[in-house]
Amino acid sequence: MTLSAYIGGIGVLGPGLNNWPQAAAVLSGSQPYVAAPTVLPTPSMLPPAERRRTGRVVKLALAVASEAAASAGTDPAQLPSVFSSSGSDGHVCHEICQALASASREVSPTRFSNSVHNVASGYWSIATGSMMESNVLCAFDASCVAGLLDSMTQVAVERHPVLLVAYDTEYPPPLHAKRPIPDALGIAMILTPERAAGSIARIEVALTEEAADKLAEPELEALRLAIPAARSLPLLRLLAKGVKGRVILDYLDVSRAAVQIEPCA
Amino acid sequence: MNPLELTQFTATSCIGLGLDATLASLAAHRGGLTRCNFETATIDTHIGEVSGVDAQQLPAQWSIFDCRNNRLAELALRQDGFFDAVGEIAARWGPRRIGVFIGTSTAGIMQTELAYRARDPISGALPPSFVYGTTHNSFSVADYVRRRCGLEGPAMVVSSACASSAKAFGTARRMIESGLIDAALVGGTDSLCLTTLYGFHSLQLSSPAPCRPFDIARDGISVGEAAAFALLERVSDKTRGDSVLLYGVGESSDAYHMSAPHPEGLGAKRAMQAALAAAGLEPGDIDYINLHGTGTPSNDRSESQAVTSIFGPTTPCSSTKGATGHTLGAAGALEAVISSLAIQNGLMPGGVQTTRVDPTLTAHYIKENRRGPVRRVLSNSFGFGGTNCSLIFGRAG
Repeated sequence: MTLSAYIGGIGVLGPGLNNWPQAAAVLSGSQPYVAAPTVLPTPSMLPPAERRRTGRVVKLALAVASEAAASAGTDPAQLPSVFSSSGSDGHVCHEICQALASASREVSPTRFSNSVHNVASGYWSIATGSMMESNVLCAFDASCVAGLLDSMTQVAVERHPVLLVAYDTEYPPPLHAKRPIPDALGIAMILTPERAAGSIARIEVALTEEAADKLAEPELEALRLAIPAARSLPLLRLLAKGVKGRVILDYLDVSRAAVQIEPCA
Repeated sequence: MNPLELTQFTATSCIGLGLDATLASLAAHRGGLTRCNFETATIDTHIGEVSGVDAQQLPAQWSIFDCRNNRLAELALRQDGFFDAVGEIAARWGPRRIGVFIGTSTAGIMQTELAYRARDPISGALPPSFVYGTTHNSFSVADYVRRRCGLEGPAMVVSSACASSAKAFGTARRMIESGLIDAALVGGTDSLCLTTLYGFHSLQLSSPAPCRPFDIARDGISVGEAAAFALLERVSDKTRGDSVLLYGVGESSDAYHMSAPHPEGLGAKRAMQAALAAAGLEPGDIDYINLHGTGTPSNDRSESQAVTSIFGPTTPCSSTKGATGHTLGAAGALEAVISSLAIQNGLMPGGVQTTRVDPTLTAHYIKENRRGPVRRVLSNSFGFGGTNCSLIFGRAG
């Protein structure tokens, strides 16, 4: 069974990857990859009261989601969305667990509200005024393709556009030693059922038992393996090169996603 | 949408392990909330605790998944011949053609809470025995269930707070409808932990008394725990007239606030309307509404407005959270099973704990059980972040 859609806008933010145009230059080989800590912008789209409460996971997801929506020229309020992440806000989780291990056990109410896995989806809805459905997924290291599969089935079944956001941030110590995600990385793309003026490529997705593709450059391959959302890098490379091709993205122990790309030229 | 059949389902909560015990409690109008005596919690509240979770062992080969949440999942999977039913559909479709979609909000985070109490005094490190991925991480419960059941199709957790396992039905439905899979194991599991007990307490959203949804004196939720699962397949020639079908799924977002519902319930209204549209039904086709009905002043007010704006003041509705507590990410799946029992047994469960319905809430809240034909039920689940999901279940014939 193959699911198909058209890719509209794309958003990327991660270590040494500042936005989609720059990431595309790196992935297509026209610019060298220079590792650098991820710089997360303040989400100016949120009202000031909400903006103050947002942590890194929200900043990351909103940054890539808004880059994708803006480059597609799509009104974000009209976009159903899928947010997929291997964890929620690791810093909030740490603060809560630390408080619960203390004598007072005083949990901050704001931290508790922001501890939910759907925190980024909630703030995105508030920021954009979108009342459209938003799904929020987790599949540990397989979260990125989990989000892709849910998005592709939405396009296929509901025949509506979907904003896919796959993103991961780090845990602080001591959890970091148990879940060593090194930095924040997120990707976003708009998937539509029909080809539109701004469509970048046609995408087809099927499940396969083939092994996942690796990246030749050691630094990028290390990134792909270290951050679940970076499992999408082989797909982004094809899109960056603007060529027709097929890549295998990592998913579960028993299955991977075979992704076929045909540029819209 | 094309309806899907719930070819098997089960639920375990503080009102019962499995369907017979759950139905018996509902029929007896009996709740399961008790004064909080959980772990080391010292909060003045009531909880819906499932007995026997601590004693439940996981099979040795999956001991890496050991945590309260997966023990609760294991306990629930052992009820009602569920493993046998999984074996049957696996034989029918093949394990690769069956997906696993589970809702949870906190999964096994209690393992991390415990690990933070056992940090190395010098380095601050968490104990070597603590494993993050198969306990704390949200996916752990779906990963456990898929391995335990030998299913190899697409798997993921839906984690959108208290709408998680209702939305898992939506994900499963899309996967089947798209042709990617032929069947799904769908459900929800959330277990008691200190994060939610102290968290809801910090927001002043938990009641000291057993929660009283829609009561004039309601003052918050009672946190509960549950695991509920269903097998979803396309309607076939084996579908009987009394089979329960999933007829509609409707989802929306509030775009309002992280921890407070839209005051007029606009997001809730949108989800219910979307579910009706997906099912091709009119409001008058719904015989009973299983409310989100948490028992907080704000939820019940906004939900009542949303319900009345669509259904008017006569459609019977109630919340079963006065009996089960608010089982958070498992509530959607638990209440899907309760809705299915209501349909199969012609029983509209009256709201337990509620003594005097708030007269400003115009929805037709029923306190006592009602007997009679129940053909279509709408079930609501809403969550933090302003996430909403309504499901419609009904008889096949």
